[in-house]
Amino acid sequence: MSSSFRLTILGCITALAISAQEMHSVGNIFQPQATPAESVYHLSLLVLAVCAAIFIVVAGLLTYTLIRFRRRCGDHKEPAQVYGSDRIEIAWTVIPILIVFVLTMATARIVSATLDKPISPDALKVTVVGHQWWWEVRYPALNIVTANEVHVPVSTTAKPAVTFLNLQSADVAHSFWIPQLAGKTDLIPGHPNKMWIDPKQQGTFLGNCAEYCGTQHANMQLRVVVQSQAEFAKWTASQQQSANANAGIKNGRTEFLSLSCVNCHTVSGTGAAGTFGPDLSHLMSRDTLASGVVPNSAENLRAWLKDPDAIKPGSLMPNMQLTPEQLDEVVTYLSSLK
Amino acid sequence: MASIPYIPEVSAEDAKAPSLPSKLHEWIVTVDHKRLGVMYITTSLLLFAVAGILASLMRIQLAFPNGKFLPPEVFNRLFTVHGTTMVFLVGMPFFAGLANYLVPLMIGARDMAFPRLNAFGYWMFVFGAILLYFSYIGGEGLAGHGTAPDVGWFAYSPLTERAFSRGTSTDYWILSIFLSGIGTTASAINVITTIVSMRCKGMTLGRMPLFVWLMLVVSGMVLMAMPPLTAAQAMLLLDRYLGAHFFDTQAGGSALLWQHFFWLFGHPEVYILVIPGFACVSEIIPVFSRKPMFGRAAMIGAILAIGMVSVSVWAHHMFAVGMSSTSNTFFVAATMLVGVPTGIKIFNWIATLYGGKIRFDTPMLFCIGFLFQFLIAGLTGIMLAAAPFNWQLTDSYFVVAHFHYTLIGGMLFALFGGVYYWFPKATGRMLSETLGKWSFWLLVIGFHMTFDPLHFAGLLGMPRRIYTYPPGRGWEGLNLLASIGVIFQAAAVAFMAWNIIRTLRNGKAAGNDPWDAWTLEWATASPPPEYNFAVLPEVRSSRPLWDLKHPEDPDWKYE
Repeated sequence: MSSSFRLTILGCITALAISAQEMHSVGNIFQPQATPAESVYHLSLLVLAVCAAIFIVVAGLLTYTLIRFRRRCGDHKEPAQVYGSDRIEIAWTVIPILIVFVLTMATARIVSATLDKPISPDALKVTVVGHQWWWEVRYPALNIVTANEVHVPVSTTAKPAVTFLNLQSADVAHSFWIPQLAGKTDLIPGHPNKMWIDPKQQGTFLGNCAEYCGTQHANMQLRVVVQSQAEFAKWTASQQQSANANAGIKNGRTEFLSLSCVNCHTVSGTGAAGTFGPDLSHLMSRDTLASGVVPNSAENLRAWLKDPDAIKPGSLMPNMQLTPEQLDEVVTYLSSLK
Repeated sequence: MASIPYIPEVSAEDAKAPSLPSKLHEWIVTVDHKRLGVMYITTSLLLFAVAGILASLMRIQLAFPNGKFLPPEVFNRLFTVHGTTMVFLVGMPFFAGLANYLVPLMIGARDMAFPRLNAFGYWMFVFGAILLYFSYIGGEGLAGHGTAPDVGWFAYSPLTERAFSRGTSTDYWILSIFLSGIGTTASAINVITTIVSMRCKGMTLGRMPLFVWLMLVVSGMVLMAMPPLTAAQAMLLLDRYLGAHFFDTQAGGSALLWQHFFWLFGHPEVYILVIPGFACVSEIIPVFSRKPMFGRAAMIGAILAIGMVSVSVWAHHMFAVGMSSTSNTFFVAATMLVGVPTGIKIFNWIATLYGGKIRFDTPMLFCIGFLFQFLIAGLTGIMLAAAPFNWQLTDSYFVVAHFHYTLIGGMLFALFGGVYYWFPKATGRMLSETLGKWSFWLLVIGFHMTFDPLHFAGLLGMPRRIYTYPPGRGWEGLNLLASIGVIFQAAAVAFMAWNIIRTLRNGKAAGNDPWDAWTLEWATASPPPEYNFAVLPEVRSSRPLWDLKHPEDPDWKYE
């Protein structure tokens, strides 16, 4: 494959994309930032080149044939009746078999390199549990539980850092997909899966659930926050602390704990220990609410609590019918959970 | 049956019939293969229009980011019913209709082997279709009464279990496909029996038209593909109503089991949908190039190979479910292998054109559209077959673009070509070439405007089956373009509908053999009488009419 051809393909693709900044809002699979996505990218260039070559040859031949052998005006004689040619037919059977063989071998290499990577004992392990329609993210060794965003350290040549993800589902099938980091792996109930990433660039990478999982499948958004190893350590330390128990907002805390919020949500160090909804212990440390639907702010939080269906119709978070006073109290309390 | 005179088309304007009620009665009780064929195709075209309207509604919603046109539950029902309709109620009955109408004529028989089974199959399909759409009134689901199924046409468990899909909407989906599946199976049995036992004198398997060969293979594939789906649906009903736990993961059932059953049906199914398209193309291209099919034996071998390999590729829909690298590689190899016989077919079609004197009438234009678009669909198929590439592409808009290229750009273009080609035979009237060309070019423009950009949306990370998407990810322009394309496609369909209606009213008489073709269906009147042939034909080669028209240089000298 010539390098100029590679450049042409890349040019076409990137011309369509918006250049990725710190916030990797474009999930362009041709701008990989981790090894699994990179190996797919390299394989895809080979496959694209082969397919483009086949297309040029076959479509060219077809176009030539259609123009060259069109019926001319006034020509009513039948053409020569040709029934076939063993030699030509064998050629166009054998050549595709060879192409298929090469592509299968190249593919098998990447399949095995990606799926059979041994798990190193000191690697960071994260358990991601899919729920209708949010992501539970657990760091068993670090004793951290959060939601909808996966924080991982950046992998540098000096200090490689591979994160292994253990993928599970609490209800129906979901799929974990951050296009710039790796291909999809499904989260299937009763069938735990594994995948790994080693992001090489810092920043926030966006993705979505990629297996239809019900009403709000579209808004089951996902983000992976890649931090420097120092920042990741800082984030880990802050998440490991117990939830903020600010004395000034005692009323809000009491209000929250007296409501049935606690049946579904956990706030560490309090009586709230539900596991059906996202863990709220460090709610305000997250970028978004409702799995990526709105930015995380006190204002949006209030709107969300007031009427979840207005923000995410069909969401399993019930409308708690809170009075404006209760809303104020609860929002004040939740906003303090940094 | 013998007393029913042949009426060419369901048309209220046809004043020749005694009265509307008795005419309707004749159509309803008919067991004539031609009438049933016309009824299958008409019903399937009507349902195609309905599914197209559902798709247009979805494209309106997705034209702009954060669309507010439809709420999520409505959108999810739309893509479920659209997919189910297109696969089970448009593609499958179109196959049955073509096979019914043409197989007996092409093999020189007077009817199908089992005329009553034939009528039974048609009415089961109609009942299934009614049941699916009745769910919009009678179904009950998460969103209350009047809920159509919203679990996707693939209906992955455990989303379909009672815990996640309350009410009856999913049951409508199950029973609708269950019934139409019985109809399809009946058709397949009938087609196989007819082909095996009712060929006219001299028509050996080797001399059978390629169309008939392809229908034989498709019918065999239907018999292999339907049982896993029917079994899975029975199991799902047991789960939902009798407390079984086949797919109920909360009680130890397996979600993956459903996926295996479904795709063990689903992958042969996509070939089942597209091979009738191959069948049309394999008849039309030779006639309009004025040459016999190049490499007939290889074409037959290739379709048998596709049929056989098609049952060992199903898990390429499941590359992301966490299979071992060995399984992944097996399904990569098997899937890529399908490219070989498919390539042989494309090369043989081109070789048939090569050296011919090509006439660009509307049926041929649709076949040429098919060749280009199916080539691209095949190549994106190779990309999807490379498992790691598939991990990125699967369940993204790239897949949506790929299979619409196969099924619209491939199957539908070929079937429309078939409609334009055989319409004169079925009705005795020629469709307008001018309107036909308008509808062809509008469909080409609309098709490419809609589906070309969606490939790129997928490459930019846009997942399937989302009712809305946020701005700023590079998807807006592509989606808007795709939605605009729908206008052109709708116009193309409108032109085609107008063409059909106009021609039925006062179209030019077609004569028995308007295309100067070579297979037996052109050796009888247009429309053919109910007994098809005055005398049963006798053939000596694969092109009996060529032999009659060219006694100085007949095919049988070379076969």
